[in-house]
Order: sequence, then structure tokens, then C-alpha cells
Amino acid sequence: MRRTARDSEDSARGISRRALMMSGAMAAMVAALGARMRYLQVDQADEFKLLAEENRINIRLVPPRRGQIQDRNGKTLAGNEQNYRVVITREDAGDVETVLARLARLIPMTPEDLERARADIAKNSAFVPITVADRLSWDDFSKVALNAPALPGVIPEVGLSRIYPLDSDFAHVVGYVGPVSEKDLENLPNPDPVLQIPKFQIGKIGVERWLEDQLRGKAGNKRVEVNAVGRLMREIERVEDTPGSDIRLTIDADIQNFAQARLGEESAAAVVMDVTNGDILAIASSPSFDPNLFVRGISHKDYNLLTEDDHRPLANKTVQGVYPPGSTFKMVTALAALDAGVITINSTTRCPGYLEFGGRRFHCWKRAGHGTVDLERSLAESCDVYYYDIAQKVGIDKIAEMGRRLGLGMRHELPMSAISEGTMPNKAWKQERHKQEWRIGDTINAAIGQGYVLTSPLQLAVMTARIATGNVVEPRLVRMVDGREVPAPDAVPLGVDAETLRQVRAGMFKVMNSERGTAYSSRIADEAMTFAGKTGTSQVRNISAAERATGVIANDQLPWNRRDHALFVGFAPFDNPRYAVSVVVEHGGGGSAAAAPVARDIILCAMSGGIPKLEAYPASQRGRIETMLNELNLRSVQADAPQPRRT
Amino acid sequence: MSFLEYRVKTVPSGLRKVLYVNWPLVLLMTAVATVGFLMLYSVSGGRFDLWAERQMQVFGLGLLLMFVVAFVPIWFWRNVSGVAYLVSIVLLIGVELFGETRGGAQRWIDIGFIQFQPSEMMKFTLVMMLASYYDWLDMKKVSRPTWVLAPVALIIAPTVLVLMQPNLGTSLMLVMGGASVMFAAGVSLWYFAAVLMLAGGTVAAVFFSRGTPWQLLHDYQYSRIDTFLNPAADPLGEGYNIIQAKIALGSGGWSGKGFMQGTQSRLNFLPEKHTDFIFTTVAEEFGFVGAFSLLALYGAILAFLVVAALQNKDRFSALLILGVGANLFFYIAVNLSMVMGMAPVVGVPLPLLSYGGSAMLVLMVGFGLVQSAHIHRPR
Repeated sequence: MRRTARDSEDSARGISRRALMMSGAMAAMVAALGARMRYLQVDQADEFKLLAEENRINIRLVPPRRGQIQDRNGKTLAGNEQNYRVVITREDAGDVETVLARLARLIPMTPEDLERARADIAKNSAFVPITVADRLSWDDFSKVALNAPALPGVIPEVGLSRIYPLDSDFAHVVGYVGPVSEKDLENLPNPDPVLQIPKFQIGKIGVERWLEDQLRGKAGNKRVEVNAVGRLMREIERVEDTPGSDIRLTIDADIQNFAQARLGEESAAAVVMDVTNGDILAIASSPSFDPNLFVRGISHKDYNLLTEDDHRPLANKTVQGVYPPGSTFKMVTALAALDAGVITINSTTRCPGYLEFGGRRFHCWKRAGHGTVDLERSLAESCDVYYYDIAQKVGIDKIAEMGRRLGLGMRHELPMSAISEGTMPNKAWKQERHKQEWRIGDTINAAIGQGYVLTSPLQLAVMTARIATGNVVEPRLVRMVDGREVPAPDAVPLGVDAETLRQVRAGMFKVMNSERGTAYSSRIADEAMTFAGKTGTSQVRNISAAERATGVIANDQLPWNRRDHALFVGFAPFDNPRYAVSVVVEHGGGGSAAAAPVARDIILCAMSGGIPKLEAYPASQRGRIETMLNELNLRSVQADAPQPRRT
Repeated sequence: MSFLEYRVKTVPSGLRKVLYVNWPLVLLMTAVATVGFLMLYSVSGGRFDLWAERQMQVFGLGLLLMFVVAFVPIWFWRNVSGVAYLVSIVLLIGVELFGETRGGAQRWIDIGFIQFQPSEMMKFTLVMMLASYYDWLDMKKVSRPTWVLAPVALIIAPTVLVLMQPNLGTSLMLVMGGASVMFAAGVSLWYFAAVLMLAGGTVAAVFFSRGTPWQLLHDYQYSRIDTFLNPAADPLGEGYNIIQAKIALGSGGWSGKGFMQGTQSRLNFLPEKHTDFIFTTVAEEFGFVGAFSLLALYGAILAFLVVAALQNKDRFSALLILGVGANLFFYIAVNLSMVMGMAPVVGVPLPLLSYGGSAMLVLMVGFGLVQSAHIHRPR
């Protein structure tokens, strides 16, 4: 239709009006969009920048190198071994099945290994490397590396894992590491994030556990950029890890090895201390086990073997095992009586073979009696009646107090697991523990280290060291941290009269060096190394009156676990004490026969800095000793065995 | 013979038409499209061949088409608008029957060198149809109910077809584009007020009916609305896109992270980073300064279109220009609102920037119509 000019004018005016309204609306919208932009990009920019960084940046921890544990001379007790493993990345491998099949032909892989690898590969994203074989030998590892072109996506890797080169010698002291468990995390108030790394290992027992904080070190971290599905794009920043401290123990690996070997298959414990500073030179518990098994993940079979053994290889008998000290306790009773002034050095008692008290007979080990006995003889011949008598006079509370001064009935803080306090009973203790009055019979039993008294081999060694020096010797296990000496505490006098101590030591000298002494056969012939000590035989069963009437059954007639414990404590050299030793052989029979010879060999080892020399032994025993020493299963391989290096 | 052809002697002819092209508009468009090329290069991680190259080819082809359309006299386009509209409707029906299904929606017709979306074409043929309708209609009848119903029917027919694909975004655009032409043509404001009130009432009914026995939507539809209103409630599902888009925008800050430095897009946190969400990359890499400049460029294009409409004394031409401008505006507004978390995520591309062949070509043809109207305007 043809439009007039007037119509056209009207149209244009109408459209202009509406067009202006529209452009007004558009302008308003554009302004709103601009305002929104300003709000997001200017006002809230910081918040969104943070969110974008969180999206983009992922912090990955770099596990720290664990500190080494060394013996006092720097020999490695716990080190880090290069662990050769093979990882596979699905997206690089392409055909995973073919690659796995090729891999299985190269290196030993069981069908279970393959099954587990397949499951892991299927479970994870294509770009996550999966460990398919672990702890490979160098040969197998090289095979994989050599055949790399035929194995797409397979990478041979080197990691670190804990190794104990002296395996069973230090199982109880050093302990072992294992993967972090839920329980470990619960027990820590503020767990280090590094513990969350899969397969990260921490100390489970022993020094590994108790010095965990120093050994672990600090994790490093790397800030990496990841994309929306978590794939690593690049590393932005890396903070290196701080390796854990290297810890040097006071223990001498050679003495420890000798002690461990000398204890052999017995269920036994031995402790050697340097009395001058409290350094523990050896602390052996047998039988032992290989801690490396635990690091690799022990099999059920192996574990059951360890737990079902009646000799309890997993228990650290040196600090955890407590035994009635038997006659080795007599020094405590004597010192208590002398210190309290209820007897003098010259006091004597007549021993008819028993002491009758309140209608009960307390027997001396020697049925015929010792006759008139003084302090020295009472120790040398281990007369029981003498101690029944003086214990009644001094009373249990004084005895317990002396016991504590000598380090019994208390925990010695060492970085070891399950350290026992033992029992140093007194009247209050019995009232509290058993809700019973203390009886005089209890005192008589305690006098000879029976009844309620319980001590650990470590405590006995401490006791001996304190008697030998007259100082409050504190045991210690850590000599250096990262090459810095840990200072030994200054010697504090025990507060017991020197003459009194000298008399007791003289008695201990006679135990070994007078012909009637109970441990005469375990004497040291070398004048410079004179040995003094005390035997102990502690009953683990009650001997009935009927049995006593017909004759006490000899130990070798009893089943193993009903036999007496054999104990021995001693120090040497007598004139200038340097070393203290304690030995407990569970159900070993008599202390003089089962424990004293062991203690002699071990202390000789400490004094001579190696395998004892035959000249130190009495001439008549040398032939037998030589045979015994030769048969010892000593470690010939040096600690730092060369390990395969990557070329 | 119409009013236009009377004045034909005042209209440039031959190569002289080149001088009468609205060059500022062409420059502005090219500037925006160039930003698009840069962004496509950036989001593909510095690859030219992935998206940017093809986008440039399509833009080149689009420019050619634009000039071809521009040099054809506007009365020709007015005369064929009815046919164009019918062809579009037929194609929409065709795509419903024979079209290729992509992403669960039937939208595409493969015509050899390019997959073609008839719904895109419909946007401008509808505008042409309505403009020529109002050009033909006696101005006194514009607001009469009968003569209002006819264009409403013209709008509803393609809208329903597009909705069936289903393509909510484009059908919404058709309604708003068509309504804009009706608005510009002078249809009484009461009609618009009534429609707005009706829409508002419906929204209110939908909300208040929730949880009652006569609930109007399915529960999952309500949960989608909830997610839209509070994307943080479902950060890994429905809300993921919008949260990541906002993070990209916000983290750009005042001046941005720099070209090719946008971590959100480069590390694939952004969905649809090369199509609907391309603006987030502009904002992330060039910051508020860049994003606001882009908005200003769009504002300038819209302003030039409005001015061109005001300059044009021909009714068809003015309505056509306003229709094209309104379409462009709605696309920009809905897309930007969406990526900035002000509107639900509906699949609407950003004109000239988003990667996509047929949307770009159709838009260029639309600009060709505008240029034709501009060149051949009565003087």
C-alpha cells in the first residue's frame, strides 16, 4: 500500500518514541550488568582469587628421610635402604594386560600380585601410577629398566625403606617401624599431616617409637598445579624436607651381639652398663626376632610362631620382664640394716639351717646351716637366715627405701617400650594393693628377694652400678643426636656411708673369689679385671613341707616352666669399677651355674673390647671355655654391608 | 509501489553504496569478533587450529554474506519476508522430522559445508515477517485485538516448534525478539502490561503451589530452581558451572591474569569455555577493565543500531533494525546474566564471541539486513 508523507511522519514519531523507551531499558540492563561485573571483579575479587587458587593449587607432601639409629661407634642399627619398585600408569601403558603379562615374564610375580595390581589399576584414575612390584632385587630391577621400550607406562622407581642390618640383635632396643594405623592417629593429639601419606611408616616399638619425633624429620612439600580432574600439570614450588635426626645410642653393637649370642636359645636377659656415666652398653633379651619382618609386613605364620613360643621372643625381658631378684637382693637388705644402724659390720648371726618364727620355719637354702655368719660370709655363701634375722630388725619400710635408693621399684626413663616399674613393696603398698596387713613373714621373704619383690634386669644392673660406685647412676641409652653429645648427668652421691658400701662390695668380692663363694667357678683370673657379684636363684613355685621332708625336687627333674630363675649381678674391675652386669635366665636353675658364667663372659667382652681372652679365665676352665666361645654364633658380617647402588 | 520506491533516486546505486555502509557498526563488530578469536586461541591452550581458525573463516564468510545482503535493496528483503518466514517454518518442521540429534536435541540440518540450525535463521525471518506485517498494517489498527493476535500467532508458531526440539533458550529469544518488534511498532502498552502480569502471576503460582497437592511443577524442576537461586547448595552438580564461572570472573579482579594466563579456563575448571561461557575467560584474563570494555563495545553496537533506526524514516527498515538490535541485546543480556549468576543457565551463546558457525552466519546476515536498510534509507 502506498503511504502518505503524513503517515510516514506519524510512523517515524511512534517508532522513535518506542525506540527511545527500548534503548532506555537496554541502557538500564547494560548498567546492571556492569554493576554486577564490578561487584564480582572488584568488590569480591579477593575471595574469588582465593577460590581460584584453591582450585588450581594442590599441596603434596614430600616424605622426610628418617634419621638413622647407630650404635655408640656409629655402626648402623636402623638405616634406610633403597627400595626398588615398579609402577605402572594406565594411560601411558595403553594395553595394560599385555604390559602386565610381559612384566610377569621378566620379574617374579605371583597370580595374586597380578590380581591385586589389576584391581588397583582399575580402581584409580588413568594417570595415577600404581605400584605393581615392590622390593625387587637389583637384577630384576635392571631387567625392567632394560626392557623399558617394550613396557610402555612402566617406570622403575627407587624409594627408601627401613632396614635393620643387625636384625635380631637390636629387635627389642631399636624396635621397628610399620604403616600408620588408625590407632596411631587416634593416640596423637595433633597428627603430623605427613602421617596421612599412604604407606608412610612410623616407629611402633623401642627407640623407633619413643624417639619418633626426632627420627621422623619434617616433611617437605611441593605446590603443584592440577587441572579440574586432578592431573598434575606442573610443579610450582618445592620446599625440601628436613631429614630426621641421626641418633647414636650408648650401646656397643659388638657387646650387644656377643651378649645376644651368649644368651643363645635361653629365655634370658642381660644388661651391661658403664657405671661411670650410666651408658647402657648392651641390653639383650633372648630369644629375639627379625624386625625386618615387621617392616615388610609379617606373615600370619611367622607371627604365630613368635606369639606361640613359650620363650616369648616378642617380650623385651630386660625392661619388661620382672622377676623375684632372689639372693641378688641381699645387698639391699644388708645396706638397709647397716644404714639404719640396727647391725654393725661385725654383727653375726647363727644359722642352724632355718629360722623359726611365729610357728613357721623359714629355711636356709643350706639345710645343714652355715653356723656363725657375718656380713661377708652371708654374702659369699648366700646365707638366708642371716637376712631373715637382720630384716626383722630393720623392717620392710627401711628395706624398701634402700631398694628405691638403689633404683628398684621405679621406672628408669629410657626410650624403650613397656618399661616395668617392678615392685618394691612396703607396708603401705600391701595395704593398698592387697588390702591386707603386712606380716612379718612378708618381710622375711622380701629379705632374700622373694615374695612380693619384683625387679627387672635393667633395675638389677642399675642397683649394681650404684653399689659399685656409691653414686646415683642413671641409665641412659642415647649418646649423640645428629653428632652432638648428649651430656651425661653429673654423678650424685648415693648418701650411703662409704665404709658400709665397701663392706658389702667386699662380700660380693668373696662370692666370686673365695673358694666357698657361690660363684667361685665364675671368677675372673686376670688381676686387672677382678669380678665381684652376687648370685640369685628365685623360686617360681612353693615348696611344700611334704616335699621338703622327702627332699626338694631338683630343677632338672621339673618341667621347664617350673624351674627356678637363675640370676646374677656383678661389677668389674673390683678395684676401680667400670662395668656392671645383670643376667637373668628364666627357669635356668641356679644362679651360680646358669647366670654367673654368662655374666662373666659378657663383662669380659665389655672389658676386653671383643671376644674374651682365654687368659682371663681360670686355667682349669680354658679348654671348656674355648670350645664354648668357638661355638658361639657371632655375627661375622660387618654392619654396613655394601648395598647395590643404582648406576 | 511503495513509499520507498518513490524515493529511489535518492538512494545510492552501484559501488557508491560502499560509501553509505554504516562503517562504524562494521568496525565495532569486527572488534568484538577479534576479541572472540583471541579468546578462542587462549582457551584452546594456544592452539590456533582448534577453534580460532574456523571461527575466523566463518566470520570472513559472514562479512561477505553481510555485504551481499546489504547491497540488495531493502524493499527486496521486505517483499520476500513472507517467503523467508514460511521457508524457516518448513525447515523447522523438517529439522523435527529429519534433523540430526546432538546433545539430545534436534536442531541441525547438514547442508554440506556447514551444519545449520533453522532456529537461528528463524530469529531474523520472524523479525522481517513482523516488520513487514506492521509496514503493511494501517497504523490505526495496530492495537486492535484482531490485529494483535495475528503477529502473536506468527511468533507462537515457530516458538512452539523450537520448544519441541527442545531448545528453551532460542524459543525464549524468539518470543522476546518478536515482542520487541511489536513493542516498537506501537502496540498498546496495556497488552505488554497484561502479559507481564500474567507471567508474574504464573511465577507466583508456581512458587506458592510448592508442597501443596496442586503443585504445578515436578519436584526435580523445583530443585533446579533451588540450585539456580543458591548454586552453593550443589557445588559439584547443577551448581558447578555457575560457581566455577563466578570464580573465573571474580579471580580476574581489576586487570585480569593476563592473556593465556587464566587458570580456570586453561585447567578445564570451566565448562563450555569456548561457547556459552567464553565471557568468563575474557573476564578472567583481562579483568574488570577488559570485561567492562567488551560490555561497552556491545553497548556501542546497540547504540549505533538504535540511532540507525531513528535515522530511518521507512517503517519496515526501522522496525527491522530495532528487531535485530533487540535480538542482539537479549542474547547479550541473557548470556552475561547467566555467566554472572544472575539468571539460570540456559544455552544461549554470546553473539560474535562464542564459537559456533550458524549463529555467527545468521547474525551476520541480520547485520546485512540492517546495512541494507541503512544504505537504502529514504533521504
